[in-house]
Amino acid sequence: MEAVWRSSPTVRTSLIFLAVALACLAVADIAITTVHPWTEMGRLVAGIFTPNFFATENLGMALVLTVAFAILGVAIGNFLGFLLALVFHSRVVRVGCAFVRAVHELFWALIFLQIFGLSPLTGILAIAIPYAGIIAKVYAEILEEADKRPLQAVPAGSSRASVFLFVRLPDVWAHFKNYSMYRLECGLRSSAVLGFVGLPTLGFYLETAFRQGQYSEVSALLILFYVIIASMRVWMKKPLLPVYILISLLVLPWGAAKIDSANIVRFFTQDIVPHPIRTAETIDGEALAALWRWFEHLLVGQAIPGAIDTLLLTMIALVASGMLALAFFPLISPLFYGRFGRSAGHVFLVVVRSTPEYILAYIFLQLWGPSMLPAIVALALHNGAIIGHLVGRYTEEMKLRSDASHGLNLYAYEVTPRLYGQLLAFLFYRWEVILRETAILGILGIATLGFYIDSAFADIRPDRALFLILLTALLNIGVDALSRAIRARLHLRTTIEQG
Amino acid sequence: MSLIELREATAGYNGHKILHDVSLSIRQGERVALVGRSGAGKSTLLRLFYERVKGDAALVPQDFGLVKALSVFHNIYIGRLNKHSVWRNLANLVKPLQSEVDGIRPVAARLGLEEKLFDSVGTLSGGQQQRTAVGRALYQQETILLGDEPVSSVDEHQARTILESIADSKKTVILAMHDTALALEYSDRVVALRDGRVVFDETCDGMTPADLKPIYGG
Repeated sequence: MEAVWRSSPTVRTSLIFLAVALACLAVADIAITTVHPWTEMGRLVAGIFTPNFFATENLGMALVLTVAFAILGVAIGNFLGFLLALVFHSRVVRVGCAFVRAVHELFWALIFLQIFGLSPLTGILAIAIPYAGIIAKVYAEILEEADKRPLQAVPAGSSRASVFLFVRLPDVWAHFKNYSMYRLECGLRSSAVLGFVGLPTLGFYLETAFRQGQYSEVSALLILFYVIIASMRVWMKKPLLPVYILISLLVLPWGAAKIDSANIVRFFTQDIVPHPIRTAETIDGEALAALWRWFEHLLVGQAIPGAIDTLLLTMIALVASGMLALAFFPLISPLFYGRFGRSAGHVFLVVVRSTPEYILAYIFLQLWGPSMLPAIVALALHNGAIIGHLVGRYTEEMKLRSDASHGLNLYAYEVTPRLYGQLLAFLFYRWEVILRETAILGILGIATLGFYIDSAFADIRPDRALFLILLTALLNIGVDALSRAIRARLHLRTTIEQG
Repeated sequence: MSLIELREATAGYNGHKILHDVSLSIRQGERVALVGRSGAGKSTLLRLFYERVKGDAALVPQDFGLVKALSVFHNIYIGRLNKHSVWRNLANLVKPLQSEVDGIRPVAARLGLEEKLFDSVGTLSGGQQQRTAVGRALYQQETILLGDEPVSSVDEHQARTILESIADSKKTVILAMHDTALALEYSDRVVALRDGRVVFDETCDGMTPADLKPIYGG
């Protein structure tokens, strides 16, 4: 019997996603609306190559505060996450963690701004809370996968705490340390972006410099930021951690806003209660009817259009990220480039993945005007660089037969087929991350859910904002579940997750 | 007086029977060798014994059950984790206590591990790891020692060192063994298994490996 050619489930899934992304692209708004997009781009590029490190005396302080927020937020998140990982078998803890990590740091910051104002507590909690949820999940998975064989040889009657300390913890400790470092890198990015909502970190100065067209200052800020991230393993040493924490506590501007307990109570008992209920004297039929109108208006006018745009953008960005990752990984692979070429590739990928999506999107938005295009390019570049880096590193251990082909043949026949599953696993893993980020880009003026959330906060309607944040979180949890189902179906697995 | 008693015991995994109607009685102080081809049911029988006497027995599992990230010292110390408070255990984990080092050093020295005492187990050879696992079981203050092929990864000279130190510990010992000559030399009694049944159960006096040949289907 003649064999019939049939595509593999992996290829079929990829093609379906590609088709969905193209369909989304057909209805998405990707126009360039600025009058002179390329002249501005030229000025930016010129600025990038002429960094001015002395443009403002705030530059040093911006960086110190960015690091301080990151260190405190990640340290607290790490500690809470570790404790939660120990009780992760509880359903309540699992659901709670899924929920807090489904809400982006910037949304947390917007919420805490209502409660604590511009106090450092806002920035610290905005990082610590979602990170605790992420770290709890990852640590629980690491513990789950740890070597359990030593348990059988432990003498009967040993206390659970002793067994945990001697048998469970030592094996996972190195993984915890590695992951904490990775989280700190993420924390630095998150901290930088918090400046866009008014906290005194990098983003704040970046936005100011951009508004004034001071591109040389933008360049200096970004270059120093990359240096901090790239040198993290040099300056972040365990014995120094208490020192860093202490310094961070000391440098943060605690006087920036007074924490008022009445404010906190008001937020929870009044601000977030839907407006019709808050203003009704009694909960009667009329109040409920008003509540229904409130809900309907939010759902039809904001939630549904916001969710549609969020999903459109997510799908396009997801597929574009995958395609860029396929193009990027050879740049750092010893199978394709020599030492010199690879160094250039590494610098390129480090720069692109160290720049938060939010900042990339902000830059492109200034150049091209508000549409989905800046967001798509920013998300695809950042995520493509992250996945490209991970997959590229993976090729370092790939053993090929010595008579393997070269160039494009090697790429298409030997290398890509071997790592495509791994690449898809990383990509689907980042699906939820991309969605979370897409929603947040709305703050920049793209009509995703973040746009409506930011507007609601700006109009002092925290009840609406909170409702929309809840909805965004649910969307996130839904996409996460779908991604997990697809990964399971295609038997895709990543090694320890890369957040 | 019998210490462990099995009566027509059967055991298996996932509905697949491995042991059939095994009746055995082990007396205190006895040194028993379990022999037989691989797959005969030695490990399963050992596991069955261990389940019966868990609180009173130390185990040397076939895969050693070591914590790779910890030192030889800490792995041996795990044998007495149940004898100290959590706080003392924690203190000893952060920095080895002198009194514990003094207690564990001779155990390690006897097994030729003294120089490796503070090396992490993950960096050791298979034979050194196996000796660490034996050290942990010897250090454990239980009266019974169960070992699943405890000399499988070492040469004959080291195997003798291990078996001698086990014999000197005055514990009741049950070891699954591959090498019938060594099994006869260091045990008082040999129990042979074949296809999950006990086919031979005799004292070792005057026995030679040749006597055991038929069990292996020679």
